[in-house]
Amino acid sequence: MSKSTKTTSKQAKGYAGMTGADLFHKMLLAEGVEVLFGVPGGALLPIFDSLYETPIKFVLTRHEQGAAHMADGYARSTGKVGVCIATSGPGATNLVTGLATAYMDSVPMVAITGQVTSALIGNDAFQEADTTGITRPVTKHNMLIKRAEDIGRAVREAFYIARTGRPGPVLIDIAKDATSNILSEEPDLETNLPGYKPMLTGHIRQVKAAAEAINASKQPVLYVGGGVIISEASDILNKVAHRGNIPVTTTLMALGAFDESDPLALQMLGMHGTAAANYAIQECDCLIAVGARFDDRVTGKVETFASHAKIIHIDIDPTSISKNVKADIPVVGDAKDILEKMLPMIKSKGRKDWLGQIAKWKKAYPLHYDTGPKIKPQQVIESVGRLTDHDAIITTGVGQHQMWAAQFYGWRKPRQFLTSGGLGTMGFGLPAAIGAQFGNPGKTVIDIDGDGSFSMTMGELVTAVHYNQPVKVVVLDNCYLGMVRQWQEMFYERRYSATEHPCPDLSLIAEAFGAKGIRATDPGDLDDAINEMLKHDGPVVLAASVEPEENVFPMVAAGKSLHEMDMGRLV
Amino acid sequence: MKHVITALVQNTSGVLAHVAGMIAARGFNIDSLVVGRTEDPELSRMTVVVVGNEHVLEQIRKQLEKIITIVRVRDFKEIDYVERDLMLVRVSAPPEKRAEVVELVNLFRGRIVDVARQSLTVELSGPEAKLEAFVDMVKPYGIRELARTGIIAVQRGEQRAKERNEKENS
Ligand SMILES: Cc1ncc(C[n+]2csc(CCOP(=O)(O)OP(=O)(O)O)c2C)c(N)n1
Ligand SMILES: [Mg+2]
Repeated sequence: MSKSTKTTSKQAKGYAGMTGADLFHKMLLAEGVEVLFGVPGGALLPIFDSLYETPIKFVLTRHEQGAAHMADGYARSTGKVGVCIATSGPGATNLVTGLATAYMDSVPMVAITGQVTSALIGNDAFQEADTTGITRPVTKHNMLIKRAEDIGRAVREAFYIARTGRPGPVLIDIAKDATSNILSEEPDLETNLPGYKPMLTGHIRQVKAAAEAINASKQPVLYVGGGVIISEASDILNKVAHRGNIPVTTTLMALGAFDESDPLALQMLGMHGTAAANYAIQECDCLIAVGARFDDRVTGKVETFASHAKIIHIDIDPTSISKNVKADIPVVGDAKDILEKMLPMIKSKGRKDWLGQIAKWKKAYPLHYDTGPKIKPQQVIESVGRLTDHDAIITTGVGQHQMWAAQFYGWRKPRQFLTSGGLGTMGFGLPAAIGAQFGNPGKTVIDIDGDGSFSMTMGELVTAVHYNQPVKVVVLDNCYLGMVRQWQEMFYERRYSATEHPCPDLSLIAEAFGAKGIRATDPGDLDDAINEMLKHDGPVVLAASVEPEENVFPMVAAGKSLHEMDMGRLV
Repeated sequence: MKHVITALVQNTSGVLAHVAGMIAARGFNIDSLVVGRTEDPELSRMTVVVVGNEHVLEQIRKQLEKIITIVRVRDFKEIDYVERDLMLVRVSAPPEKRAEVVELVNLFRGRIVDVARQSLTVELSGPEAKLEAFVDMVKPYGIRELARTGIIAVQRGEQRAKERNEKENS
């Protein structure tokens, strides 16, 4: 990556005389946008008029939050920039949750919002909101465009910023008159970003220092975060791990970056991670963090996290390094580039004792649950994993079902698991699945959801029906806001305050929306129900009535150290 | 510990709000923040005085660099620099006390920029410590109004500012 601050100079030709909206439309096409999710409104009328006959697939959603999550699911599953559009005022404020979700998980997205006519900005006009002010803390960058001539440059900057460096959502707020006005001259399309220098290549001296520390270590662990998926570094990670015989644990965001059927896999770490992963972290003498950010849900009590280890931290975002845990060897840059440089420096090692110890932990403390007369939620996930050959794209809501999905599906490939990790947004699952389905026609896309989370955005089921997107939804129906209930059970003497909620038959709701609805209540019927769902060529909601008071284990209580896990009923 | 950080920023709307918002959201403790034009009409310079340890300084510098419209950040941690703070202060100075106040102003090489029957307005610039010492001295006479610009700073001579990003990588 060159250090130049300007992208290739674009001499605009033939744009004079068209409207700002037409220029905007042309710029989206030039960026290769295939699908656009959103809801129209007054401030967007010129733009929607220009989109009237567009080759871009426009997806009308039920709610702007849905549009943002769809763009997000599309982006996470394909690696391309997802695009959503909303009108001024309430349209823009409805996007905020989706932007914050994408921002926390570094998802490349461009959001376009209409704004009132430039002369009215600041006057509390009808449907005016200070959109750039509201969204500044939840976007990588945003801009307010008041002149038609600036639209082209803004779109190019937005896509460039969204997908480079540490990706993230970029918002362009466009005043209505900027889209209706006619360009009197050729616009300057050249980006002007003197302060934006995404650092991509890792410094060789730091890479060497890291490799030496790894070679000198006896008990190393690779702690892999979502950055590995974003930088498409899974293959090279696999090579580094195998060459050095280094066990690998993945964060929630990185599930799929390392095949869990590999003997070196420790699966997920952290609050609901496996015992083997958490013990390995606490015992390791060298921790290699790659594209991870030492989130508190991962580290537990931060003072005791990997306290015997030399810490190598590879990350593209310098602000992530030494933010929560001090790095002994920081390496700033793109994970793939750095791991590629590192591979030939890694000495091949047996590490018999260390791998032997890890094998013992895995054997002694496997992920586990008991079966019973009712369907167990973990059982549903295991069956879905088995019956889809561990090959489906899975999205989730937030709660217990999300953790069980993470623990029991059996992850094989990057971009297979799409979940709101950083913000923890209930309602993400269904719209993200629809977005992923648009990006992956023909693939099986399943939203593993909770009854509470699903209710938050289930209106988008209509969108799936409208556009014939055959997404599947498996609801682990426990009639509880289960994760909150679990904390109340464990830490608040079972005082279930506002966690029990009415439990409508979601399979009937699905039918009313024009999708297929299935309900499963008996463990013996579970596989058939899942197969029936998978076979149906269209959207399906499978509501599985599960054991309502099942808990997620292992669990590291908030503020505890990783090795102080509660294993549940197992031990 | 106080640290001085300066940033060259693009003159776009919202850049000040962005910096202020980031500082508030991340709970950084700042002493002052000054923005002014530079020789380049497209760029302004911000000077931020941060209170905190090395870790805080490091984070705030990196977070500033992350803002797209911020072109360059430098901290004066290991380089010699000149700092100035400008103060305007209106001090009570009835005729019988005026001579004493004027003497103090002269001792501090301040300038009297306005004279009224009961007060004097003084302009004083310099490093923070000097301004504070002056304030201490004139307090007994009664301070009616006081305004300060906050610190601005530039490096001394031709030394090279530490580009910490490069150091991290080398
Ligand atoms: C938008 C939003 N509101 C509230 C929360 C807090 N919260 C976290 S988990 C949870 C319960 C989720 O219930 P459900 O979707 O049924 O999943 P379960 O835990 O029962 O599997 C709640 C309310 C959240 N994460 N997101
Ligand atoms: Mg539930």
